[in-house]
Amino acid sequence: MIHERRVVITGLGVISPIGQDLVSFGQNLFDGVCAIEPVEFSWGDITSSFPVAPVKNFDPTAFIEAKKLTLIDRHAQFAVAAARQAFADSGLVLTPEMAERSAVITGTSVGSQNTLEEGFRNLAGGSRRAHPFTIPRLMSNAGSSHISMTLGFTGPGFTVASACASGVHAMGVAMHMLRSGLVDRAITGGAESCLTFGTLKGWDALRIMSPDLCRPFSANRPGLILGEGAAMLMLETLEAARARGAKIYAELAGFAMTSDAKDITTPDVGGASRAIAGALADAGLNPEDIDYINAHGTGTRWNDITETAAIKRVLGERARHVAISASKSMFGHALGAAGALEAVATVLAVTRDVAPPTMNYLEPDPECDLDYVPNVARPMSIRVALKNSFGFGGLNAVVAVRKMTD
Amino acid sequence: MSQIDEILDVVAEVTLIDRSKLVPEVKIVDLGITSLDMVEVICTLEDKHGIELPYNANMNFQGFRTLGDVIRMVEETLAKTNT
Repeated sequence: MIHERRVVITGLGVISPIGQDLVSFGQNLFDGVCAIEPVEFSWGDITSSFPVAPVKNFDPTAFIEAKKLTLIDRHAQFAVAAARQAFADSGLVLTPEMAERSAVITGTSVGSQNTLEEGFRNLAGGSRRAHPFTIPRLMSNAGSSHISMTLGFTGPGFTVASACASGVHAMGVAMHMLRSGLVDRAITGGAESCLTFGTLKGWDALRIMSPDLCRPFSANRPGLILGEGAAMLMLETLEAARARGAKIYAELAGFAMTSDAKDITTPDVGGASRAIAGALADAGLNPEDIDYINAHGTGTRWNDITETAAIKRVLGERARHVAISASKSMFGHALGAAGALEAVATVLAVTRDVAPPTMNYLEPDPECDLDYVPNVARPMSIRVALKNSFGFGGLNAVVAVRKMTD
Repeated sequence: MSQIDEILDVVAEVTLIDRSKLVPEVKIVDLGITSLDMVEVICTLEDKHGIELPYNANMNFQGFRTLGDVIRMVEETLAKTNT
């Protein structure tokens, strides 16, 4: 498919468990640094320890005026921080006319979980009233709103929610807005911070969490590890980027989204493969054009089997020749931020011609028998990469990232 | 009522499968019990007996072929708790 208005990436920003700026994130990604560690979570006199990938020593005052912090939940603080980085990275100078044609479309899965639990903790503890800023902190659109306020973007803005696929869905929606001519640029990505007692207990009860590490695609993989963070991308039309001489990381060449319409948690190979195929078709590409796939790769029994099957179904014989890796092995599953963090990893892979590793890989699973770049990053030519994101509730989003050659 | 019957009653209650179909030898997948159903069964059994079952849906699903495997896990956990 030929798209008249092509969409490119001109800025990146990251707040993650393996780095709170693009340079350290990139370094640690390719070095295979794993940020998973046991953390204690308490409520009253109950304390439980869970392995998670936290963002440590985050200083929000580096990005947000101290006075404003009480208005902003941690996940939205991450969103603003990553957005400011991406915007600065792009070198864009915004005029009021440009601002009206600039969108903020970001994703989150649960949003302000910290504010929610803190609020209940205080009320249950005898507090007479809630914090006065509870409502503006709680609303799921907080990330997008604060980004728009911080950067002065006065075009379309809202928050996208599709569980684990929120970040990539947000990117796709932003792409469509640019392609349609509604806007000329967008900040997009995802943010999540819900490493709280309630969240961990909830996930624990679902019995799919790993007791130690995340081992995507490995035999006897024990399940997923939760993470947190935010990643934001500055998107512009190719025309707008070239007109101002912007540095361009890569092109968002294709995007597709599908629904399984099957099960609220178990993934479906049909929905996943249609999303992968759709992204290829949208980009006007064939399986032979793909060199690398950044997998959804949660490390659960079902995702990794289903994702492997979906990749095979769409790519056929080519599936045996692509490198596939799961970055969640390093920074956990950041839910609504996952797709965006991993999209940044995918962009870095394309620009540097290095496939990031799948860490903690122990032994092959007969049902996951493709090349998962085990444990060590691999220098290789990457012309086009796919980023897969498959959310709970059967909502799938896949984006194709193409190296700029023209 | 035997412990086995109690456990199978819980399975029937949670999954709404005809109790007469629930016997230790039957395969979980043949009954159409989904992974979410199984998580609910495990949690209900835990609450009922005040125990924690070592059930990780990723790994145990393969070792959990029949209802007998569920019964065995509960019995083993109860035995450990009571010693």
